[in-house]
Amino acid sequence: MNEIILCHGLTKTFGAVRALDNVELTLPRGRIVGLLGPNGSGKTTLIKLLCGLLQPTSGTVEIDGCAVGVHTKSVTSYLPDRMYFADWMRAGDLVDLFADFYRDFDRTKCTGMCAALGIHARDRIKTMSKGTKEKLQLALVMSRRAQLYLLDEPIAGVDPAARDFILNTILTNYNEDGTVLLSTHLISDIERVLDEAVFLKAGRVVRHESVDSIRETEGKSVDALFREIFRTQPMEGGAW
Amino acid sequence: MDWKLDDGRPIWVQLAENLTRRIVSGQYPPGSRLPAVRELAQEAGVNPNTMQRALAQLETDGLAASNRTAGRTVTEDAAVLENTRRHLARQNIAFYLNSMAQLGYDADQAAALLKEVRE
Repeated sequence: MNEIILCHGLTKTFGAVRALDNVELTLPRGRIVGLLGPNGSGKTTLIKLLCGLLQPTSGTVEIDGCAVGVHTKSVTSYLPDRMYFADWMRAGDLVDLFADFYRDFDRTKCTGMCAALGIHARDRIKTMSKGTKEKLQLALVMSRRAQLYLLDEPIAGVDPAARDFILNTILTNYNEDGTVLLSTHLISDIERVLDEAVFLKAGRVVRHESVDSIRETEGKSVDALFREIFRTQPMEGGAW
Repeated sequence: MDWKLDDGRPIWVQLAENLTRRIVSGQYPPGSRLPAVRELAQEAGVNPNTMQRALAQLETDGLAASNRTAGRTVTEDAAVLENTRRHLARQNIAFYLNSMAQLGYDADQAAALLKEVRE
């Protein structure tokens, strides 16, 4: 079984809004995949469906051959797009929490990463900068030996140097047959890290290809292609 | 030598070119062991699969070989190395002549100018 993710006819609606529309997506193991799309294209919705925070309106999702549930959650490591830890906690508390919660958590790895980031066990989350919080959170998530890492906007809020650190962390710490799915709209920064790019536009997968084959066939970078596909078009007027 | 990647061309192709230059320039001497895929990928800040593909290209070009025990080593075949060096030199010369042509110098004038500057 070579696929880690299998989505079939996946649709999610919020009232009248079709956040995801009939998504067909198959992702193999051992890849770093970029989930690319402008704001509101359905990136976070897709990730939340994959980690079971949302239920599909119709269609199916399979991870590691199972419907989303206890098994899939045990093999999935999820980095939400916002911090979900109580801010009175200290970095060390979070490491303990993760060690309690996840069998595949590698404490040594995590404390090593935190040390490299200059985060001490006694540091309170409340006093950390936004960038430091993101880095701590990523260190926790990447210290699991998961089969699937779902990273929602891991580089959005941090400076370019921290961005490099985060990308490096992803490159060096994902386990070899694990797949990383990371959503972003900052494509030029992550392009060289990706195997494949999935373009989401208004809830549909409009393109799914390897980065080098895009460069080969289009003669331009994925970033340039993204700008072309998503060139801002005037909105169609709504009825008021 | 650093890993500068430009837009619009496949990343693995650029990585393979960079590695090739490192080999012919002697940064990776003949018969020496190349760094591991992961190490190179991290150094270049690229996906290991992409680096793997670049290294596979070096093997196809005969510049490197995989041994089961010693990892991946640079070829000791002097002819292959010299051919590659020649090929890269020709590319550089073609580039030089091309940009001189844009300035309005033909090949002979360009060669004469080159000699003049060297003296």
